[in-house]
Amino acid sequence: MEFVTTLIIILAVVAVVLLHVAYATYFERKVIGHMQVRMGPMRVGPHGLLQPIADFVKLFFKEDVVPAGVDRPVFYAAPIISLVASLSSLAAVPFARGLVIADINIGLLYIFAMSSVASYGVVLAGWASNSKYAFLGGLRSSAQVISYEIAMGLSLVGVMMSAGSLNLTDIVEAQKADFFGCYAIPQILGFFVFVVAMLAETNRTPFDLPECESELVAGYFTEYSGFRFALFMLAEYVGMVIMSTIAALCFLGGWHGPFDVPYIPNFWLLIKIYFMIFFYFWIRATLPRYRYDQLMRLGWKVLIPLALANIVVTGIVKTFIS
Amino acid sequence: MITLQQAIFAYLAIAILGLSAAAVNLRNPVHSVLLVLLMFFHMAGMYLTLNAEFLAAVQIIVYAGAILVLYLFVVFLVDLNLELRIERFVRNHATGTVITIGVLTVLTAAAISFVPAPPGHWSIEMIREITHTRAIGAEIFSNYLLPFEITGVILLIAVVGAMVIARKDKNEKREVTRS
Repeated sequence: MEFVTTLIIILAVVAVVLLHVAYATYFERKVIGHMQVRMGPMRVGPHGLLQPIADFVKLFFKEDVVPAGVDRPVFYAAPIISLVASLSSLAAVPFARGLVIADINIGLLYIFAMSSVASYGVVLAGWASNSKYAFLGGLRSSAQVISYEIAMGLSLVGVMMSAGSLNLTDIVEAQKADFFGCYAIPQILGFFVFVVAMLAETNRTPFDLPECESELVAGYFTEYSGFRFALFMLAEYVGMVIMSTIAALCFLGGWHGPFDVPYIPNFWLLIKIYFMIFFYFWIRATLPRYRYDQLMRLGWKVLIPLALANIVVTGIVKTFIS
Repeated sequence: MITLQQAIFAYLAIAILGLSAAAVNLRNPVHSVLLVLLMFFHMAGMYLTLNAEFLAAVQIIVYAGAILVLYLFVVFLVDLNLELRIERFVRNHATGTVITIGVLTVLTAAAISFVPAPPGHWSIEMIREITHTRAIGAEIFSNYLLPFEITGVILLIAVVGAMVIARKDKNEKREVTRS
């Protein structure tokens, strides 16, 4: 019986997240459209509301082209690795107080481990495609993900030290007890490093060099078509949802807000997640892409020292307070 | 009758051995790296059966997430179409077999004389109660502080060494840009 309930919760979480992902693409096109004084999608349904469904149907029925000379097992496995790694992170994410599939002690580390595995999909897709554009995209991605993962991990260490736990529910409750009510203020340095590393980790503008269309066609998924391409898109957007959720849980106070909203226990969490996703699109519509050497310099010479400084300051403050 | 725990251990052990053997024997280095990735996951599973959840997560983050990606990077930069031709370390096939069997005998003999250590301060129940992460932290930063610091210094030496090798001489660089 417990097994069946868990299965139902898993299905519900995956369905809700995939629905969010579908409408995140619509939201992205609308936001960027309006920022560029365009309408965005308008044709399918009122205000283009059915556009994601039309897109899905199109991708699902498209011909699946496998180019000659690809490494077939790796070519087939790459999009699956990407999506499985992204989706399995959802297991440890609490979406409201108590609404979590697996409330494990090392929740934050687990999500971090899964997001590091997701990069394999990108790297292997680039290699297996037997195309120079895809290959360069894969190489860029592997270097970028390694560099920014360090910064991201170190930026979260401050949160772990302040909360004294790796369990995401405990981290949220610890913020409630904190003087500011969220870690974004005392951990401002860590929050800054996390947000920048979050953009790089999900390969979004201004760090979307692995798929930079002006030089590399579409980067690592140039050779993918039809549903395999859709799997990569899903993985990318699920990754964005997860990163936004971690930002909301670890820095913005999770499901706690200025006042309680009746009947919707995770109202504030949703608002915060939507804001972070909007932030992604806002950045995409505003900032130009970094050059590759600038990206590496920013990661190693600015973000990692900043994150280390944040750890030292947090340690000193914690020692003096307690 | 084997218990569920023993069955899981047997599966993990066989998978680790099989995947490692396959990784060594495959022709294509990228496929080998993929099998090693799978093996790391099984090792993480093995740690989980021992209640060492922190170690399991770190195994994935450090080995699968960082070190193996670096390996992939190196493998990518090697031309795969040119097969690596490595001189045999031992020319004579019979000598090689004898050495292998000798090493196997020594290792088996050593494994037989293995005695489990007496249970220490940290029992399974105690670790489960205060969580593995806290237990490791408390031990590393109190009883094992000196070895921990020494490890840090050794890693620092490796980093400095890598920088010395990677950094070109300034005069040399200037000549290149002039020509």
